[in-house]
Amino acid sequence: MIEFHLDGKSGIAPYMQLIQQVRRAMRLGLLKEGDKLPTVKDVVARVAINPNTVLKAYRELEYEGLVQPRPGLGTFVTRTLGGEEAVAAHEPLRRDLEGWLAKAHDAGLDEESIEALLLSTFRAFSEQRVGRRA
Amino acid sequence: MTSAVSTSGLTKRYGRRTALRDCTLDLPAGHVVGLVGPNGAGKSTLLQLTCGLLAPTDGTIAVLGGPPANGSARIGFVAQDTPVYVGLTVAEHLRMGAHLNPAWDRQLAESRIADLGLDPGQKAGRLSGGQRAQLALTMAVAKHPELLLLDEPVAALDPLARREFLQGLMEFAADQGVSVIMSSHLVADLERVCDYLVVLVGSRVRMTGEVDELLGTHHRLTGARRAEVPAGPGVEVVYASHTDVQSSLIVRSSAPIDDPAWTADPVDLEDMVLAYLTEAGRPGRERTLESHR
Repeated sequence: MIEFHLDGKSGIAPYMQLIQQVRRAMRLGLLKEGDKLPTVKDVVARVAINPNTVLKAYRELEYEGLVQPRPGLGTFVTRTLGGEEAVAAHEPLRRDLEGWLAKAHDAGLDEESIEALLLSTFRAFSEQRVGRRA
Repeated sequence: MTSAVSTSGLTKRYGRRTALRDCTLDLPAGHVVGLVGPNGAGKSTLLQLTCGLLAPTDGTIAVLGGPPANGSARIGFVAQDTPVYVGLTVAEHLRMGAHLNPAWDRQLAESRIADLGLDPGQKAGRLSGGQRAQLALTMAVAKHPELLLLDEPVAALDPLARREFLQGLMEFAADQGVSVIMSSHLVADLERVCDYLVVLVGSRVRMTGEVDELLGTHHRLTGARRAEVPAGPGVEVVYASHTDVQSSLIVRSSAPIDDPAWTADPVDLEDMVLAYLTEAGRPGRERTLESHR
């Protein structure tokens, strides 16, 4: 069983924070197929959060095919994320990224500039993807 | 969807002072609605009109589909500073609640008091602020109201008592599917517990909407000074501040801001609300600054 928390200063909608925490736990192998998510009432009582927010997060996760509610029993994880294939893909991607970082360094960018460029590019990329899905 | 509260042109004047002006709202049922605004913005007046403690000067208000009724069993009201009867014990409070309310849930009331670790023989006047607030909440929820109104319920509580109070409130909301309207000037708390927001400024409604939608459509933009302000259908600049080299904006826009002159970041609820309050209060604030010189 995982435990949720909220970061009030992130600017990320609370339901989205819950979704991200479930996905992250699945990727890290903390949640596997068949595991149960905390009940809405448990989350609400622990985190002091709106029940509709939890329901919305669980509905979205169900829509993504990651969890499945079983009436009267709770909400269960239906997939295992981050299998061996995904982990195997990490290493070459990391090497690519290291190559890019070395290039940025050679071009005279300091650490903060590199971080800012990385983050803004990543954000723009994610927003485009979200835009395409919508 | 049915409305918990629906108003049209609602206005309340006390003598020559207008506490609430031309307020038109439709608050859907099943939500936890946060009512924010500075002191004197009309939050308490709106809550008291909703529970029938006050009558409107002008305009109309419907609560749960009918006219507001003072003392209705369908509405639970926790007034400001969570008042209790200081001379009565906790157990006497529960007996009084049972006596006054036909739908009183004795089991719910007693189990809440036990969970909180309150001594039923304790006089309410000797409880801590957090315990008093919890007792007032218990009295309101054991009525099984369809609509629960709370006026600044956590303002006077320390952070731990505040968190515990909101946990209890949310647990009740999850269990009973009740509609909740609570006023507060602590926006950080509202961000967790509210899924709908009403911002009142200077006795007027400045903004309403679902919290997730508001977070998704407000952006903080930073760019070089005099970079052309993004415009277009559905783009509203809520707040702007400028230094000699930089401009910072908070804008409301349903479409993502796609303009290389500006860096867009998400805005949290507190900064968003403050942007609305600051912009509205600007002329007044300048006057105060001048008078200090």
